[in-house]
Amino acid sequence: AGCFVFKPSAKKKKTLSLEDYFSDGCEGAENSEVRFKLCQDLWDKIKTETEILQDELNRNILDSLLDFTKKCSSARQHSDWASQMRASEIPTAALVLGVNVPDHDMTFQSLFELLQQSVTPHVASVQAKECGGEGPSGLYLVLERLMGAVVSVDDEEQAEETAEQTIAQLHKSAHCSLSTLCDWYSTRTREPPIVVIFKDFEAFNASVLQDFILICSRYVDRLPLLFIFGIATSPSTIQHMLPHSVSSLLCIELFQSLSCTQHLATVIDKLILTPWLPFKLNSKVMLVLLSIFLYHDFSVRNFIKGVQLALIEHFHTQPLSVLCCNKEESLLNVMQLNHHNLERIRQLASFKGYLEKQEPKEQAKLLQDNTHLKDVCQRLIKDLHKYHKNYYPILRCLHTLTSALPRYPLGKQIRELHLICLEKDVWENEDYQSAMKLLNLEKSKSSASVRCFKIRLGPIPLSTFTDLQWKHNEYLSLLANSFVLEGESIISPVKTLQKKTDLFQLQKTLLEMNESRRAKKLSPFEVLRNETLEWIDSLVRNHLSPPESQTLNEVCYYSSSATVRRHLNATPRMSIQAALSSPYYYLQNENLKTEDGSVSNAAPDICIAYKLHLECGRLINLFDWLEAYATVVSAAEGNGPDFISSARFIQAVSELEFLGFIKSTKQKTDHVARLTWGGC
Amino acid sequence: MAALSQQPGYEEEKLRKVTELLPCRELQAGFLLSVMGQPQQYSYPSIFIYGHRASGKSHVMQVLFKELELPHATVSCVECVSVASLFEHVLLSFFGYEAASLLPRSPSLSDFVRIYRQQCSRSPAKQTRYIVMEKSELLRDADANLLPALLRLQELVEDNITVILLSEISWDKFRPNTGCFEPLLLHFPDYSKVELQQILSLDRNPSYSAEFYSSYINILLGVFYSVCRDLRELRHLAALNFSKFCEPLAEGKVKETDTHKLWRNIEPHLKKAMQTVYLREVSSHQWEQMQQMEKEAEPLRGLSAHTHVELPYYSKFLLIAAYLASYNPARTDKRFFLKHHGKIRKTHFQKKNEKASNHLLGPKPFPLDRLLAIFYSVVDSRVAPTASIFSQISSLVTLQLLTQVSHDDQLDAPKYKCAVPLDFICAISRTVNFDIVKYLYDFLQ
Repeated sequence: AGCFVFKPSAKKKKTLSLEDYFSDGCEGAENSEVRFKLCQDLWDKIKTETEILQDELNRNILDSLLDFTKKCSSARQHSDWASQMRASEIPTAALVLGVNVPDHDMTFQSLFELLQQSVTPHVASVQAKECGGEGPSGLYLVLERLMGAVVSVDDEEQAEETAEQTIAQLHKSAHCSLSTLCDWYSTRTREPPIVVIFKDFEAFNASVLQDFILICSRYVDRLPLLFIFGIATSPSTIQHMLPHSVSSLLCIELFQSLSCTQHLATVIDKLILTPWLPFKLNSKVMLVLLSIFLYHDFSVRNFIKGVQLALIEHFHTQPLSVLCCNKEESLLNVMQLNHHNLERIRQLASFKGYLEKQEPKEQAKLLQDNTHLKDVCQRLIKDLHKYHKNYYPILRCLHTLTSALPRYPLGKQIRELHLICLEKDVWENEDYQSAMKLLNLEKSKSSASVRCFKIRLGPIPLSTFTDLQWKHNEYLSLLANSFVLEGESIISPVKTLQKKTDLFQLQKTLLEMNESRRAKKLSPFEVLRNETLEWIDSLVRNHLSPPESQTLNEVCYYSSSATVRRHLNATPRMSIQAALSSPYYYLQNENLKTEDGSVSNAAPDICIAYKLHLECGRLINLFDWLEAYATVVSAAEGNGPDFISSARFIQAVSELEFLGFIKSTKQKTDHVARLTWGGC
Repeated sequence: MAALSQQPGYEEEKLRKVTELLPCRELQAGFLLSVMGQPQQYSYPSIFIYGHRASGKSHVMQVLFKELELPHATVSCVECVSVASLFEHVLLSFFGYEAASLLPRSPSLSDFVRIYRQQCSRSPAKQTRYIVMEKSELLRDADANLLPALLRLQELVEDNITVILLSEISWDKFRPNTGCFEPLLLHFPDYSKVELQQILSLDRNPSYSAEFYSSYINILLGVFYSVCRDLRELRHLAALNFSKFCEPLAEGKVKETDTHKLWRNIEPHLKKAMQTVYLREVSSHQWEQMQQMEKEAEPLRGLSAHTHVELPYYSKFLLIAAYLASYNPARTDKRFFLKHHGKIRKTHFQKKNEKASNHLLGPKPFPLDRLLAIFYSVVDSRVAPTASIFSQISSLVTLQLLTQVSHDDQLDAPKYKCAVPLDFICAISRTVNFDIVKYLYDFLQ
């Protein structure tokens, strides 16, 4: 594991240098240009797609927020008795966004732009970290941000002389206060509201916020202020942070955004579970990305960043990724492959498997004849695309069937089913078999169950293949018929069943019914149901085989989960520990090579000191430690302990302290305490 | 009454208007005017007025100065984020922009006094100048010399000036331990129920008769007086609920004089308002909308009803570990988290004098090492100590679910406290199938 993580980032100053970065140390440099272009195109596509998605998902909440702001600004013009008598409260939108803080930026960005476009030019957005500090200084920073945002907009927008004069005064007096803002605002002809967005409400200092609200409430009859609180936890946090005397100055309305898991589900749906994106993740990489999301941060943005990392890594390390593009282009690219890359194809695990299945004559031809190999590759690429085209609809089909089963044998979310399918043959899976059994048992005899089965089959998305669609429709109509045929005759036993409330009685009746049914011939519905399930099962067996079984899958599937994990979920402390306990790993010096995990006495001082401190208890006596250190070092250099070695020892100790392995303690003089976790 | 309308040096007409505008505060206003004396006379250097929220302090000052046209500067101490803005504001109100711009960038008190005297010599006071400091309790947190200096500003600037401090707390809490000039104290008592009734009845809706509105205020006070005496809040509530009160009238079911029926109609409604809109569980706007909607479709959930927080899997366990570390004594960790702890009873651990439940005492701080040690023993899978585990701890701190006890600068072995209640942590543990009660020392049998 590397201690310093290199994150390839797309945002470099020049595109040229970006390409240089890409081809630097790139595997198979001869086609790096093409790969770089493909990679960029794909990333651009992903980016626009996710942005559109984000906008769509946010639309509801942003629209209602916009309505709220518009309503508030128009409500000010009212002058009936009640609104005159009412205490003037500051309209406030509490926007509950969830704990995935990294994702909020995008939401606020689009909110900011929307507000500026359609409500008011005066939008200020403040963030706790920009307004740090307690008491007056923090408050002053908030005010400064507000003034800066509001007035600067005006600078660009119009250059009225009066406005400019006041701005000049503002800058001269150098004190930001709401009264100056108010004076400036009164010179304006139009009266758009002033919106202040608190991006991370929880992170603000409570007293700063309270003071700010108190000040604003003094001016609310002259300044049409409006607040938006971005809340990560729950709305009750408002009451924790603001006392009644302050919260009574606000008129708070709640807005709840989409949960991050739903957001992720949509992103996966549009990005991963589609054939349009040729780049794919294998099960392990997918699992790493999903576990980072579910276990660590809930951040959709980080998930997409993870996909981006995998994308860049794939194109960077896999020379055959030239074939990872849409069908026409990849067929063309097959013809462009040079001898090197054809050799690489011959080395692919999946291709070797394919080769073994061929006849000896064909095998020899594939291994020697480059043109023949190209032809075969074209066919294989076509097969791969066809596999993807079939895989996703069938996956969705299976998911719609099984997602409503009790206890979700194949997962509640489609991504879980996808993971199962990616890993191995899904029909070998016990859960799959039990799901099929459940579907088979399902509702043999009640009208409700027929409907239920129909509902389950109904929305199966098969529209992509006409032949399957046709068969599907046929089944649906047959189902409807069987319902009509059997409907009336079945209802009566069910009714008697419902009357029995006693559990034992119920069980008995059910058993009896089961017995009698076994004896009976299968009803038309059951025949039909079995037929449908068999049909679905055959579809699954034909199309849901894992990608590893497909020849040339390495072209599209990125599989290095270790790289992704190392880059996205770094373990700095473990890296340092690895470096300290086995310095050879990093320094590559033959002298340091040792067996059985011990440290050679030629290792750097800090490594020796680290090794020795591992043998101590929670408190380490510095003198004993020095003695042990001196013994080790003198054994290496052949002279007794001296001042130089103790100086080196002290330096090593302070380095360890800096790295957070030990700290000084007041419990005992001359002792230091070991730290297991350091700091964070 | 007589005291207020017959102050020498002020026009009788104006005084009468003042009297009209200050119902139930004639006594205090009269006292103030007599202390202030005639406009050209020197007044007492500093006056300290205290009384609860919405007891009319600022209102009285505002009306007096506005109606009697006295030179004054009103400063809210919340708004003065620095002394500079305070000085600037005062100079601006008395001498205009030029004087204010003479202040250096971060002015000291002596800068202010110097500039004031300079300006004052050019335009000496013909009438007493007044500085009104609202929310002056905040002055206690300002520089130590500011409050004593303001109290004897008259002496310092040698001008006819009086500083009036308004505060919600009494002078006893102000007095600096170095001693200072004692201001003249004036207390504004709370309005009595009768007075509240009298003041609130003045805002009557023009389309209804005064008696009708007064009876409404009477009912309103009957419900709210026991919990709220804040005039501002009461006025707000009166405005919010009046339309509901008039409803049966508009439908023609009752007459204006039928107070009992009106009371029966409005009383449950007001009780509901007390639990919702008064506590700001529901915003006033939503309250109005609820009234317009016919017979509440479904009760709106208040702010405090939303307490559920969705957290990532490991964050949940980190929070659970933090809770355990905060509420269990450290010496019991062995009992809970070692595999072969044997059967040890609670009494075994109990020290002398340790009877109070840890939940009554509140969370205790714990070091990071302990948190992670507990985390690794409660979480059911192997977790690498990655950077994101550590960053989750800091995000929990920003979300205010944990609080950092040690200073921000302390990098190694920082200390934390868990800031979530038992209900919250129980809900979180339920989602990860962790029986937290089994691990809490307080609930040990």
